[in-house]
Amino acid sequence: MTTQTKEKLKHLYIHGYIILWIIIAIFPIVWIISMALNPINVLKPTTLTLIPKNASLQAFKNVLIRPYEGSPVTFSRLLINSLIVAGGTAFLSIAFGATAAYAFARFKFPGRELGMLGFLLVFMIPTSATLAPLFVILTLLKVRSTLFGLIFAYTSSALPFAIWNMKGYFDSIPKDLEEAALVDGCDRNSAFTKIILPLSLPALAVTFLFGFMNGWMEWMLAWTFLTKPQSFTLAMTLYNMVGQWNTPWSNFAAFSLLIALPILIIWFLLQRYIVSGLTLGSVKG
Amino acid sequence: MINYSDIGLWEKIRKNKIAYNYILPAAIIMAIVTAYPIIYQLWMAFTNFSISNLKNPHPAYVGVSNFIKIFKNQVALENFNFGRTLLFNIFWTISNVVLHVIIGISLAVALNTPRLALKKLYRSLLIIPWAVPSYISALIWRNMFDTQFGAVNQLLSKFGLPSSIPWLTNPNPPIHFLSFLSYAYYACLITNVWLGFPFMMVVATGGLQSIPQELYEAAKIDGANERGQFFSITLPLLRVVMMPAIMLGIVWTFNQFNVIYLVSAGGPLGTTEILVTQAYKLVNPGGIYGIASAFGLIVFLILLGITLVTNRITKATESAI
Repeated sequence: MTTQTKEKLKHLYIHGYIILWIIIAIFPIVWIISMALNPINVLKPTTLTLIPKNASLQAFKNVLIRPYEGSPVTFSRLLINSLIVAGGTAFLSIAFGATAAYAFARFKFPGRELGMLGFLLVFMIPTSATLAPLFVILTLLKVRSTLFGLIFAYTSSALPFAIWNMKGYFDSIPKDLEEAALVDGCDRNSAFTKIILPLSLPALAVTFLFGFMNGWMEWMLAWTFLTKPQSFTLAMTLYNMVGQWNTPWSNFAAFSLLIALPILIIWFLLQRYIVSGLTLGSVKG
Repeated sequence: MINYSDIGLWEKIRKNKIAYNYILPAAIIMAIVTAYPIIYQLWMAFTNFSISNLKNPHPAYVGVSNFIKIFKNQVALENFNFGRTLLFNIFWTISNVVLHVIIGISLAVALNTPRLALKKLYRSLLIIPWAVPSYISALIWRNMFDTQFGAVNQLLSKFGLPSSIPWLTNPNPPIHFLSFLSYAYYACLITNVWLGFPFMMVVATGGLQSIPQELYEAAKIDGANERGQFFSITLPLLRVVMMPAIMLGIVWTFNQFNVIYLVSAGGPLGTTEILVTQAYKLVNPGGIYGIASAFGLIVFLILLGITLVTNRITKATESAI
């Protein structure tokens, strides 16, 4: 055998191995899409058909009006709530995170290391391990079943990452820029708002989108805290649909695709940041 | 330039007033929503705080009896078994991470083959499981594991294999030798391996690209074959890059709430319960907030221990190279 045919044969095996994993990787997605497009609007699928005949968007129409039969709220109400929660979380995490990140990036003050360590420790605690006191405190403050309380709870988990992410970006901006401005009589606050913030727009945007993804996808706290149907979110409604016997699987499929879509778009936009952020962060930490 | 070692702490704090002003907003939020609950939790863990105390927050002090109840499995919740949950959690983490790493590295190496066609397309397709929100994929997999209507059994029947596997309902072990692992464990394992291999693949790909090509050329001159090159160059150099990712993977998998809770809900009969799902159930539907607080503290200490141990292993391997 020549080296060329040897290489071709090797490539054939490798293609086979990779394609096998691609089939595994995309199978659940293909399955859920085919179910969402199923025209008979199946209650439960009895056979495995990957490409349904006469595909239709009926299931999407159904859930866009009312997610499931007997749902007390409309899709648009849920969408508005989810946008409020996700947008609020994203906004608060950059509003509070940017100033803290600036302090950590530019000043050497007593308690700096301790503060950084504290923020990293918060990363490590799983939400359900501190759920009991959070539930009790928010109940006693009478904000537990409001979207406001939910935004606060989400912000506290999004904030450490926001600070970490923005500090990394501020570190990369040369200090000379501000120092020149300070010499020219500019004070710290305007150096921050007029020089650093405009230069950091990409980092602010990325942090905003991360906060948005956090709030958009979270269902466990929402499910535990919220009691009034008028303030339910999309994510918790999907969880609610699964347990229902009378919800057709095609509606569930269409609904989950609608929720996943914005996340998928953001994810592929941010892919570079997600990958480098995670690997860099873990190397440093 | 001021020499900081000459001035007192108070002076340093005063000099940095502006820094504290910048941190204040974030610090206030973290104090209200994170630090205060943790302090409150330390107190709650020693009380019999329950649903009735939500209106009247004056529970009785009960000493360490919450902790004793947890360790002796005397918690008023179905299938509560602390020891089994902890052991299962550790086994769950190890089995997942081992599979993630093996599959991730094998795919990264395959994709790193010189002159292979369609690499870019393959990479973006293989990354899909990571991009889909994990709670949606967990719910999809849960439906796919339905005994009668799920895609997994329907697929098995197309290949003429046994096709009425009670993935999520049968508490008995399918493999007698591994008697502590119910069918639901395998369902959760398949889901989480699907979810987690792309991350390891991406990290390993980055690692492979950072290995200088000259090393392989030198090895070729020394007469090493492809297998020899893999074990003497690729793996040792990859280990440095993989270690932090593995640490991250261990913590993620140990706390993999979405997969366990949404696919098997810890069942059947608590056979797939992990610590974080158990902690959740103590709050909802349990409503035994005192015990839930104590449980949360135990989980926190266990995680701290795991982080310290894995950190030490990582440091040790770093210095070994």
